[in-house]
Amino acid sequence: MAEIKNFTLNFGPQHPAAHGVLRLILEMDGEVIVRADPHVGLLHRGTEKLAESKPFNQSIGYMDRLDYVSMMCNEHAYVMAIEKLIGIDVPVRAQYIRVMFDEITRVLNHLMWLGSHGLDIGAMTIFLYCFREREDLMDCYEAVSGARMHATYYRPGGVYRDLPDKMPQYQASKWHNEKEIKKKNQNRDGSLLDFIEDFTQRFPHCVDEYETLLTDNRIWKQRTVGIGVVSPERALQLGFSGPMLRGSGVEWDLRRKQPYEVYDQLAFDIPVGKEGDCYDRYLVRVAEMRESNRIIKQCVDWLRANPGPVIIDDTKVAPPKRSTMKNDMEALIHHFKLFTEGYCVPEGEVYSAIEHPKGEFGIYMISDGANKPYRVKIRAPGFPHLAAMDEMAKGHMLADVVAIIGTMDIVFGEIDR
Amino acid sequence: MMQTLKAKLEQDFSDALLDCELVRNEITLHVAAEQIIDVCIKLRDDYQFEQLMDLAGVDYSEYGGSSWETKQSTEFGFSRAVDGLGHAEPVTDGYRFAVTYHLQSIKHNQRLRLKVRLAAEQPIVDSVTIVWASADWYEREAFDMFGILFEGHPDLRRILTDYGFVGHPFRKDFPLIGNVEMRYDEDKKRVVYEPVSIEPRTLVPRVIRDDNRYLRDEK
Repeated sequence: MAEIKNFTLNFGPQHPAAHGVLRLILEMDGEVIVRADPHVGLLHRGTEKLAESKPFNQSIGYMDRLDYVSMMCNEHAYVMAIEKLIGIDVPVRAQYIRVMFDEITRVLNHLMWLGSHGLDIGAMTIFLYCFREREDLMDCYEAVSGARMHATYYRPGGVYRDLPDKMPQYQASKWHNEKEIKKKNQNRDGSLLDFIEDFTQRFPHCVDEYETLLTDNRIWKQRTVGIGVVSPERALQLGFSGPMLRGSGVEWDLRRKQPYEVYDQLAFDIPVGKEGDCYDRYLVRVAEMRESNRIIKQCVDWLRANPGPVIIDDTKVAPPKRSTMKNDMEALIHHFKLFTEGYCVPEGEVYSAIEHPKGEFGIYMISDGANKPYRVKIRAPGFPHLAAMDEMAKGHMLADVVAIIGTMDIVFGEIDR
Repeated sequence: MMQTLKAKLEQDFSDALLDCELVRNEITLHVAAEQIIDVCIKLRDDYQFEQLMDLAGVDYSEYGGSSWETKQSTEFGFSRAVDGLGHAEPVTDGYRFAVTYHLQSIKHNQRLRLKVRLAAEQPIVDSVTIVWASADWYEREAFDMFGILFEGHPDLRRILTDYGFVGHPFRKDFPLIGNVEMRYDEDKKRVVYEPVSIEPRTLVPRVIRDDNRYLRDEK
């Protein structure tokens, strides 16, 4: 009999199932993985070092580009770290807006995850379904910040501006006539809140649609059940968080356990898995979308009833109103200082963590009292997840590697930073 | 809750602890580098800090430094930052590097920060991979970015920088624009590295202002 040797397979860095630029060196025994060694860093931009060279506010935009499918959540952790260091309180309305957009972002992220994870392991339709709903949520981003992805909407002390009264409308073109456009615009006549409320009513039905495609699907189950099993003890050892931890049966959610903003006043449940395999993590994330929808609905109701300021009234941190600047010298000076020099943050260090769609996203910030952070360390949830690749993939088939990458919800913007 | 934890930690670790602070409802334990493994094992087993959430390297060599003094006025304008006039010197205490560990206890719903200071010449600390498996990649990252060595780490390779990269980019003396740039050379038919062709520049000078609103926060 011929001698059988292990051989090494290079997976990526450009591979549709690698979710970006992941290079995997796989040591294979036949079709079974013996060792997986992920090579990361191909998207390393030195965000942390860049943040050290800029005034605090100028790095908010960099945060969007970390995990580029859950933009506002990244901003949230960053502005919360600054707020903790300065010791300022955020107006309640701004807190509700932040929570609402955090949950919109969670749905956005999970839709992206579900679509691409499905596509990776052989379900094409789900991808198209998911991107249909993502489009509506991207429009919410656009309405509130002007950008469909990289919003830079959260600011230390609140959010950039209040929710708009009008939604962006589709325009007729030579491809779409007036009648089609009218149909497309029919839920966009009211304010942003009307649009979001309409979405929350439609969305549970959409999730049902996704579930009819996958949850009891025989092929889907064959590809995910029993794949990449992580025990709760190992999940803790490996530093897992978010759905990866909950999928293993640990009931842990920072929104509930260490509540920030107004999460302690909202009703939602924490879905928990049992087996710790890819299928359970799928169920957890789908259930989370339903919970997020509930939270969004509650925020919409509250925001309708309670108008008020959305950013702190402290011109040392937040810019003064433009109308005030026209008549007030002080306001003009504040505006000038804020946009040229920025503000100085008291000396100290702080760690602020939020429940990001992928897990715990934390910002560890050290300030020495200057107008720029001394050190910013981004705790990206995907980083420890990918570090567990070797352990999760060992003993599985080559095709399961794709399922495992998918279930980790890998985005290289945050892992490589 | 944090007060009682702090008191308990101070009592239990009286011989290993250099300092224990409770600021902004976050506890920071300062530990000598030699004792890090013992302290970590005790924290994991007796205090149920099951998770190492984060591990960060820090370079303190420019801590407290700024482009100019803010206490007196000057006849120079913005250029004093560019030309380095009136540069305020950083305050250092001999320990250039630090490693910060962020621990979390799921059982008690607590967080804790551990801090180890390391000297500039030989920043070496014992690896905590035997205590928490998640330390593996975090330590590789701190090694890559700061050149901090972790003794006992199973596989201390670079992680984020390019293959064959020289230097430790997050050190404060590493220029923001880097040292080399790369491009594809049409003649050689391969990617070549060259010294950077751009000039470093200061967009916003770094200043430290003593703001009297924050004085109340001081001890």
